[in-house]
Amino acid sequence: MPRWLAHVIVVLLFAALLAVAFSRVNYAWNWTGVWEYREKLLQGFGVTVALSVASLVASTLIGMLAALLLGSTNTLLEAVGRVYVELIRGTPLLVQLLIGFYVVASAVGLENRYVVGVLLLSLFSGAYMADIFRGGLAAIPQTQRDSARAIGLTPWQSFRLVILPQAIRLVLPAVAGQFVSLIKDSSLLSVIAVAEFTLAAQEVNAFTYSTLESYLPLAAGYLLLTLPLSAVSRLLERRYRYEA
Amino acid sequence: MNLEISGLVQRFGATTVLDHLEVRTGDVRSLVLVGPSGGGKSTLLRILAGLDVPVAGSVTFDGEPLPRDESSLRAYRRTVGTVFQAYNLFPHLTAMENLLLPLVHVHGLSEPEAQARVREPLERFHLAQHAHKRPAELSGGQKQRIAILRALVVRPRRLFLDEPTSALDPEMTAEVLEMIGELKDLGTQFVLVTHEMGFARRAADVVAYIGDGRVLAHGPPAAIFDTCDVSSVRSFFAKILH
Repeated sequence: MPRWLAHVIVVLLFAALLAVAFSRVNYAWNWTGVWEYREKLLQGFGVTVALSVASLVASTLIGMLAALLLGSTNTLLEAVGRVYVELIRGTPLLVQLLIGFYVVASAVGLENRYVVGVLLLSLFSGAYMADIFRGGLAAIPQTQRDSARAIGLTPWQSFRLVILPQAIRLVLPAVAGQFVSLIKDSSLLSVIAVAEFTLAAQEVNAFTYSTLESYLPLAAGYLLLTLPLSAVSRLLERRYRYEA
Repeated sequence: MNLEISGLVQRFGATTVLDHLEVRTGDVRSLVLVGPSGGGKSTLLRILAGLDVPVAGSVTFDGEPLPRDESSLRAYRRTVGTVFQAYNLFPHLTAMENLLLPLVHVHGLSEPEAQARVREPLERFHLAQHAHKRPAELSGGQKQRIAILRALVVRPRRLFLDEPTSALDPEMTAEVLEMIGELKDLGTQFVLVTHEMGFARRAADVVAYIGDGRVLAHGPPAAIFDTCDVSSVRSFFAKILH
């Protein structure tokens, strides 16, 4: 059986399962109420896309910087990197957003909740990126560094021409996975009143009392963003698969 | 090349790998290092190749001492070629790109100049049809021959070859040794660590037997393989040459 057919069958099975579940609870669908607010949902979707793109870029940069800290021979710099990564990964994003926005950002006079939102989300995701990047660099075997030295490359050339290109190929699938998480995590920005997709759905629900009709488009919208990312990730993984 | 080593010591943690190693080769074109595993052959070769700095002692090639600081060592490494046992090539680059990388990025050739320089050697060693392949698509022997070529096209003063056939099956070993033999005939100077005693006998001007971190015997191949009077050397060959 071809792969695509298997996928279609499985998706249909899941859909049937859901359909049965919905029919059993006798839910009274009311799409007209939600349809009135379609522009609000679309706007929220647009904001989520914009937040995600900005955070993807920023979290990648933060992740690279933190990976350098983690790999530093200076114990103080290494400690800064390690504490950052463990603190962020060990606490809920919800808490980070609330403290980050209402305490830290207020204290330094940053009031634009979109800017703060992107910053906090990027700091959160950057901690995961940092470990992915560090792992990728560490996975390049010592023989490659030896070979690079043997042909007379400088440390920077060795990093740029030999280590980095291989490390990037290694970490791409994990980075794409992290991007998927990041897009979904952006939904939590609703708690600091950033008018993104999830907040839009919450508001539409509040106006229409049509909970499922408000949240089902939300799920579909996130899938619209994350599925292509997963597909690209699998494609890259296949293309760059080679043995040393 | 005329290699003189005196009082060479190398330690890794508490382990002494080279223990006041001494040798004077006289003027030779090829030096082959043989001896038991763990005896210090590869450690010595890494020092000679400018990859590691010894704890103590001095090494001179043709009267020129090896430097000890990293930037002078890098300059030195650019004048020699080194090939390891395996995984020499960069797996994300094709064979051709592997050859061009040091020429373009270390030796300042333009891309077309570098292309022109590698064309003839690729033909000579029957590797031209593999130039566009990634290392994963090459056989072990082809990989090693490309690696040797990469070391060679920068026109080094000498090559350092660290067990270049140890990871290969006999057929591929033969193909790599044949290439090294051909290089010797072309006048390439080299220091080779190997367990291929038949090849060592043919290709070496001087064989140095290294055990327990010292040169226990050195001289022309026949003097080492056939008539050596050092007992540990004799028993080593008696064990492996049957």
